Amino acid sequence: MKTEKSGSPKWQLIKNILTYTIICLGGIIMLMPFVWMISTAFKTGAANMVLPPQFIPKEPTTANFTQVFEMFPMFRFLINSVVVAVVTTLGQMLFCSMAAYAFARIPFWGRDKLFLLYLATMMVPAQVTMIPQFILMKQFGWLDSYAGLIVPALFSVFGTFLLRQAFMGIPKELEEAAFMDGANHFTIFRKVILPLAKPTFATLGILTFMQSWNSYLWPLIVTSSQEMATLPLGLSLLQGRYGTNYGLMMAGVLISVIPILAVYLFAQKYFIQGMAMSGMKE
Amino acid sequence: MVGMTRKKTLFWLCIFLLPNLLGFLIFIAIPILGSLGISFTDWDLVSTIHFTGFENYKRLFSDPEFWKSFRNTITFIIGYLPSVMILGLACALMLNQKIKLRPFFRAVYFLPVITSWVAVSLVWKWLFNPSYGLINYFLSLIGIAGPNWLTDPQTAMIAVIITSAWKDIGFVMVLFLGGLQNISPSYYEAANMDGASKLRQLFSITIPLLTPTTFFVTIISLINSFQVFDQVMIMTEGGPSGATMTLVQNIYNHAFRYFEMGYASAMSWILFIVIFIITIIQNKLQKRWSNY
Repeated sequence: MKTEKSGSPKWQLIKNILTYTIICLGGIIMLMPFVWMISTAFKTGAANMVLPPQFIPKEPTTANFTQVFEMFPMFRFLINSVVVAVVTTLGQMLFCSMAAYAFARIPFWGRDKLFLLYLATMMVPAQVTMIPQFILMKQFGWLDSYAGLIVPALFSVFGTFLLRQAFMGIPKELEEAAFMDGANHFTIFRKVILPLAKPTFATLGILTFMQSWNSYLWPLIVTSSQEMATLPLGLSLLQGRYGTNYGLMMAGVLISVIPILAVYLFAQKYFIQGMAMSGMKE
Repeated sequence: MVGMTRKKTLFWLCIFLLPNLLGFLIFIAIPILGSLGISFTDWDLVSTIHFTGFENYKRLFSDPEFWKSFRNTITFIIGYLPSVMILGLACALMLNQKIKLRPFFRAVYFLPVITSWVAVSLVWKWLFNPSYGLINYFLSLIGIAGPNWLTDPQTAMIAVIITSAWKDIGFVMVLFLGGLQNISPSYYEAANMDGASKLRQLFSITIPLLTPTTFFVTIISLINSFQVFDQVMIMTEGGPSGATMTLVQNIYNHAFRYFEMGYASAMSWILFIVIFIITIIQNKLQKRWSNY
């Protein structure tokens, strides 16, 4: 009988072994490229041309790391990425949360229509706006500058939408009491709304940081010099010149992955929330 | 607010809304309209702009390169979408069980999602290296001579699809895990009482109740995959001989390599129309399929 069979300890054991085997196999497939990347980054060029491939380098070397910093402005890429990602994240959180507050809490004529217009633009893919945005950057003289990398990314409809949702969920009674005590919108925003919406802020912050850190297409369009390249763009430049030196390239990739990995380990929960929510975006 | 004067409201709106509204207009709303306008011109960024009516759109429909990039994008989707959906769902089902080290495994499966397309593409390019890459080495172990993955038009798109599916499985998994949490345990309790097997429960409870999530994930993945660019640009730049030239790669080439802003804008509007249609279908069907 079925129920008896599925309950027997022997069957349970087989099932467990099977489950764990599949999960571990899947885990190996997910991790293998990372392991291979790290392994390659610590190998000399010659050791990469050896079959069978060595997962643990016989003579590990850090030469690739010193070389990548010597031959390329890797440090500059790193700084650019940090500046762009941090400023974009903080700026977007500020601009989005202010507007979200207005949309959620300040009644004004045409508010819902305006917000609908915001929402409607979420359907438009980034590829449509990227050409006029590039032309704007050219007109403003912002090509190949931090302004060009950062400013257009400060205004996110998705961020405004996400925070507005969170603000709407906060009971009105809380602020009405504060208004009675003579508080103004700014105080309410800072003392009531912001503290209560912290988790959404964290989620949006992580998501924005990750997108900015990993962004490739916009930096590719808007910058032209190595001095202004962010890490992903820098890596693609590295590839153009040292396409066959995988040790060097994997060292560069590893350098670009470590910071976002550190942030991920620190704030896993918000990453996953952010990704799940970003589903609503497209 | 009660007792709030018009002047006061205006003051607070200027503080809270104006910066965002200006940014929205300058960097989102006006560019959208601008892009539409540019798509009816022959602008190359340098010479004077000529209004050319529907010339760009006419050219698109008779441009074999455009159709090739359209077909390639569809090919990508046909390979990518089912793989990422099935594998993502499988991972979610596995990692929704009470197993040891569950958070660890979830983190491992999610790891590729947080890394950049550039990093992922470079690593996979190395894995796909025909002579010393891991993939052809593993294939050689089971007696298969691996192809020149990225330089062979027959296999380049397959390599791009494998890379993309690997990166996005964790993302799809997370969305499905969210859907699974919305299924009330009472259904399973009742099914257990009736003696329904686990397999039966999967097909009679889990999968039907996951329909709204499945639908939602399909739409997002579909829209995302119409916009595939980074991995193609890094791994093949659209080559070999246009085998992996996708819509966005095509837009990028025309705008920023040949400086045909009008033509590239027209192409981006075709992309928008496709995405718009998908969104409309989603809105229509969603109402029918949300059952909680």
